[in-house]
Amino acid sequence: MHSLMFFELAQRNVRLHWLRSLLAILGIIIGVVTIVSMGILGNSLVLAISDSLSTVGDSIIVTPHVGGMGFGGSQSSNLLSDRDVEQIRRAAAPHLTIPVYSGSSRMKIGSEDTVGTIYGLKPDDIPVLLEVDQGSYLRGASGAMVGATFAEENEIKVGSRISLGDKGSVRVVGILKERGMGFDINPDFGIVVEDQWFKQAFGQEEYNQVIVKVNDLNKIEEVKDSIDRTMNRKETVVDVIDTRAILETILTTFGQISTFTTVIGGISLIVAGVSILNIMLMSVTERIKEIGVIRSIGTQRKEVLRMFLYEALILGLIGSSIGGALSIIGGYAVSMVMLQTTEYLFVPSSLVYIVYGVGFGLGTSLISGLYPAWKASNLNPIEALRHE
Amino acid sequence: MEETINQECNGDTIIRFREVTKVYPLPGGDVVALDKVSLDIGKGDFIAIMGPSGSGKSTLLNLMGCLDTPTAGTLCIRGRNILGMSDEDMTVLRRDYLGFIFQQFNLLPLLTALENVQYPLILKTGSRECVERCREVLKAMDLDASLFSHKPSEMSGGQQQRVAIARALVNDPEILLADEPTGNLDSKTGAAIMHLLDDLNRDRGKTIIMVTHDPSIAEYAHRVIRIVDGKIS
Repeated sequence: MHSLMFFELAQRNVRLHWLRSLLAILGIIIGVVTIVSMGILGNSLVLAISDSLSTVGDSIIVTPHVGGMGFGGSQSSNLLSDRDVEQIRRAAAPHLTIPVYSGSSRMKIGSEDTVGTIYGLKPDDIPVLLEVDQGSYLRGASGAMVGATFAEENEIKVGSRISLGDKGSVRVVGILKERGMGFDINPDFGIVVEDQWFKQAFGQEEYNQVIVKVNDLNKIEEVKDSIDRTMNRKETVVDVIDTRAILETILTTFGQISTFTTVIGGISLIVAGVSILNIMLMSVTERIKEIGVIRSIGTQRKEVLRMFLYEALILGLIGSSIGGALSIIGGYAVSMVMLQTTEYLFVPSSLVYIVYGVGFGLGTSLISGLYPAWKASNLNPIEALRHE
Repeated sequence: MEETINQECNGDTIIRFREVTKVYPLPGGDVVALDKVSLDIGKGDFIAIMGPSGSGKSTLLNLMGCLDTPTAGTLCIRGRNILGMSDEDMTVLRRDYLGFIFQQFNLLPLLTALENVQYPLILKTGSRECVERCREVLKAMDLDASLFSHKPSEMSGGQQQRVAIARALVNDPEILLADEPTGNLDSKTGAAIMHLLDDLNRDRGKTIIMVTHDPSIAEYAHRVIRIVDGKIS
């Protein structure tokens, strides 16, 4: 019941000085909304990036080394020969090695002219990398599969014919499922043909890249090293990257951006804390005599401390809860403005920032109230009584 | 709490000063506010402390009120030596056995008359089931019931002092300490307040120690202690 009385006193004091209490509460609200909105934005950003990337984290991509003019016998064509592919296959065994041709070409669909990426893959390898949405996988030599976005933009259906100018023409046998941004191939904006057809049409004997599928994530490093040792023994012939590492780097980077923006939100909360410190110090100074009176009639130091902490707590509680509620609107607003979608707002990893924000708001208020409350509780009762 | 009873504190005195010295260290040199004061106050006494300003009256009252501790000597309140007592114990002593009445009334501005009286009782008992007792104490101070819900700023000086005395009495203390209780009141109101204190002393056996400048007020006391330059004369 003690506590209730001190809480009541604190509450009345907050109400008595409603304007300055309101301003302090406003500070906390702004702080909490900023911290939560920034947190939600950062988290949504990370979620959006991971969603738009293809989920492939299990591949090693081998590409010809770019830059550095080759000496002597080194290749200058920036392509991988059959011999290179064979060496990679041996180094990566028993994991599946997929050589890829790629290029781009003018394409004519009906009367529409466009440019698209074209990949040449062995028909057996296609199901490993890609999923079919409509139609079927490649069988015949002059068939093609079309990426989801490319098909949609150019109104391509199964059975459509795509003309590649002097390179011939292909009939669409399947539409691929949307795959998202990939580090290996990006067929969403292009078409996939059989490797033999590609070789003939483009007159290209060598490969643009080799994808090694490693199903056991723990083996990735080992396989990567093995390829690197085999291929780059004397000089750097190929670049070997693994998609998981890129994925991690990207996510870490965005995670850091997210932390940074949240910290900026935190600074506004510190400013709010300073304003609470300020008004609490004012409150203590104004009530020195009152503190002297309550101390002299038998109020313990710790009870005075509690009374002033309650005051900070009330400000923090009101500010944080209003801030928490408003930050849903704030999160909605930043998501709409920055990402044009709110689908990452109502997920636990975003909503948890509201809990953090409210927690930090309360914590800041209490910490800010600590010194004034301590100061009040340690006043000498006689001097406080004499204070005018 | 009673185990710290000091040999020197035995006897039927409720307040005992033995060679009590209080020195305030100031940058310009130490100021001796009380110089080896010895004094006995019995249960049920009504004492007036008089003396010029700066003579040590307030220091004497602060020491009796357990708001301060002596620099040297023995000071016993209700048989317990104050020297070396913790702040927490002194606070409990003030709450349970001492009642304070101030010249400025010193009611809490945020609380109503009734709540001001409830405050020390809630401090002591931790319970809010005390409204009836507080009303009775206020009524005994001849305060109109319509004023119970008023804030101090809405009451006259005499009314505020009645509330303040009710607040001092609500925990039924043995000792009442009054610092110029009529100093801020007109003579008629002052006399009424003094009659109240007189009744409390006579009918309820409260020990009253009062600091005053006014000889006509001091006449209510059984004994007058005059203090000059920190010494009892």
